[in-house]
Amino acid sequence: MNQDEIKALLFELIGDIAPEADPSSLSQEEDMRTALDLDSMDFNNLIIAIHERTGRNIPEADYNKLFTLKGALAYLSTASGEIKS
Amino acid sequence: MSDAAASSFLRLTYREACKQALRQALIEDPRVFLMGEDIGRYGGCYAVTKGMLEEFGEARIRDTPLAESAIVGAGIGAAIVGMRPIVEVMTCNFSLLALDQIVNNAATIPHMSGGQFAVPLVIRMATGGGRRVAAQHSHSLEGWFAHIPGLRILTPATIEDARFMLLGALRDPNPVLIFEHVMLYNVEENLDPGVCAVDIDHAKIRRAGRDVSLIAYGGGLPKALAAASLLNKEGIEAEVLDLRVLRPLDTAAILETVSRTRRCVIVDEGWRSGSISAEIGMRIAEGAFFELDAPLRRVCGREVPMPYAAHLEDACLPQPEGIAAAARELVAPS
Amino acid sequence: MIDYRMPALGADMEAGTLVEWLIHPGDKVKSGSIIAVVETQKGAIEIEVFAEGTIAEIVVPVGQRVPVGSVLARIDDGGSSPPVSAAQPEIATPIAQTAEATGKRFAPLVPPPLTVGATGTRPKVTPVARRRAAALGFDLLHVTGSGVEGSIRLADVERGAQRRAEPTRHVAGYDAAAMRAAITAAMSRSKREIPHYYLSETIELGRALAWLEASNAARAPQDRLLPAALLLKASALAVRKTPRLNGVFLDGEFKPGDGVHIGWAVSLRGGGLIAPAIREADKKSLSEIMSALRDIVERARKGGLRSSELGSATITVTSLGDRGAEAVAAIIHPPQVAIIGFGRIVTRPWVVEDKIEARPVVAATLAGDHRVTDGHIGGLLLANIRDLLQEPDNL
Repeated sequence: MNQDEIKALLFELIGDIAPEADPSSLSQEEDMRTALDLDSMDFNNLIIAIHERTGRNIPEADYNKLFTLKGALAYLSTASGEIKS
Repeated sequence: MSDAAASSFLRLTYREACKQALRQALIEDPRVFLMGEDIGRYGGCYAVTKGMLEEFGEARIRDTPLAESAIVGAGIGAAIVGMRPIVEVMTCNFSLLALDQIVNNAATIPHMSGGQFAVPLVIRMATGGGRRVAAQHSHSLEGWFAHIPGLRILTPATIEDARFMLLGALRDPNPVLIFEHVMLYNVEENLDPGVCAVDIDHAKIRRAGRDVSLIAYGGGLPKALAAASLLNKEGIEAEVLDLRVLRPLDTAAILETVSRTRRCVIVDEGWRSGSISAEIGMRIAEGAFFELDAPLRRVCGREVPMPYAAHLEDACLPQPEGIAAAARELVAPS
Repeated sequence: MIDYRMPALGADMEAGTLVEWLIHPGDKVKSGSIIAVVETQKGAIEIEVFAEGTIAEIVVPVGQRVPVGSVLARIDDGGSSPPVSAAQPEIATPIAQTAEATGKRFAPLVPPPLTVGATGTRPKVTPVARRRAAALGFDLLHVTGSGVEGSIRLADVERGAQRRAEPTRHVAGYDAAAMRAAITAAMSRSKREIPHYYLSETIELGRALAWLEASNAARAPQDRLLPAALLLKASALAVRKTPRLNGVFLDGEFKPGDGVHIGWAVSLRGGGLIAPAIREADKKSLSEIMSALRDIVERARKGGLRSSELGSATITVTSLGDRGAEAVAAIIHPPQVAIIGFGRIVTRPWVVEDKIEARPVVAATLAGDHRVTDGHIGGLLLANIRDLLQEPDNL
């Protein structure tokens, strides 16, 4: 998947978790948990959804790399395993 | 008739259809003969048998005295010994004088003789009102006769049925009463040249519909069809069922149409109390109660001796407007 | 024959609207079967039946709002016992008076029972309309007939059934005003009636979080545990040891719960709070608790909570989560007698063997109903929670 596809997927999954949030308003650097009022349960669900959709098993130790949009896009586009779209 | 005309529909009156039926019967079966008052020299009270005395002779077109009981009794006797008599009782009003013969002899002899004697008798009668002949001459008693086991009751309402029901009746080994409504004799219709026989068992849908079933017979059929036309203009699609046979009633056809449309108006010129409309309504209640979406309704003759004055007589008979109103009230109650 | 009545889905609930029937007359049900959806101030709740039998008649039609305790349906349980309530055994008694729905006679035939109209006369229904209504499980009460003599006919039934089917399942969308009103009623009542005492304990979570990290490293994302699961399980186990904090205060006395059913406070996006119960929480494994947490949070937010989950909690736990304040002095949810609170897990200086180290800690608080317990019992509870969280293996 390219960056745009990853972003679209992220926005879709965030939309499921936080329907009233507007992920497109996110800046690259801000912590999306604060910006979109996602708590640990929401973030956990996002991780699970990413795993279900892409097969990518993100270890807990790496969670903090996905707190920003920039970080999430970078993390998800590195191939440490084929990303299934 | 030109070839073009021959290949197209034959057009004739109900009267003419009755006559042609009688002619065909006389031509095809030497056992057939006619008996009745004024059928020979006079040509028939309603001119049905006009010219037939000349064509078939006195032995086969027999004018009788004014004695209905004797005429019918003689017919029964002739039938028992193997003839195929067609007895004309001028109108059903006079059949009352032959009631004992019809009910206690014709209807019962096959049964009481243990099948030793058959009574293949056909009785033709004119029936109904509308000719301004008042109380004693305007009855509709076909429903009454439909009460009697042992009889088959036919009510041809179309030219086709008038033309061909007689032949079916002659093939029936048991007594058959054919009721010809007086107001139908002048009606003219096309006859399908492809049809040369009809059954004498089943009702027929004359007009398919969806919203209400108009169940009619005999003189009531054209009125039901006229009512259906009126209703059609209002967007109500009435189905018209021509009963054709009042005994045995085609209960299956009655239940089928009412189960589909779920509403029913029965048209019966006879007085409603204890009438064939009551019987039909009860059969619907027995067999299709849970299909009904509205109460059963009937339009019958007013329960009075028939008046003489034209406007009063018209008011006493079922009319298309009254039938349409009854149907309308079921479909779109006000 | 059993009367199935509108349950109280919260102590403050007075009435509810029947928005969807999920069964029809003739359907068989067993204990736990979900039979209808009711709209309350807390949103659309699925209500369950706790009896076994066959649905005999539906008394309240879709769209009708009835007081708590009204007969919603009758269930034929095959017994000749006098009508008993087949709603869940309620801990919370309805505040409102029980009101009977319009009396109806049960006709033994397939067509639905006769409805007695407002004037006491039998409404006219054509045979086929009655048949169709029975097949659809459609109640003829309040239907205007357009047939002859005002009779209800087929078209009336089909039109009416279609209209009632149209309000789609209430899945999402809480009425914020109604939710706020519900919270107002409950919390005001709590402050008015319950003499609260407050205790707090700071609990060190180093061992617990380390255990959690190790455990999660080996788990797939959907099986990973959040700290909330540990906090909940520890609370449940601790509550079991102090039963006087687990139950309700009704009719002037404490009634202990029949199990440890933790009401987990879920905040709703866009405002609002609801605390569905996780039943027998002390007997569930951490994985089961985590699943239950995920499940009820999802259903609390999207709809689909069940009546057995509302109004059956024996104690509530409110955990502010990683985005909340450090501590919470919670308000007891009546008619419960205690509420446990957890603040945000923060890193603070902690004394370990006379040295100061940075350790993750959480402020655990307890509010207790002083009519039922004193500070001593409350203190025991917090101490138990603290001790349990030091042995995460045993949770």
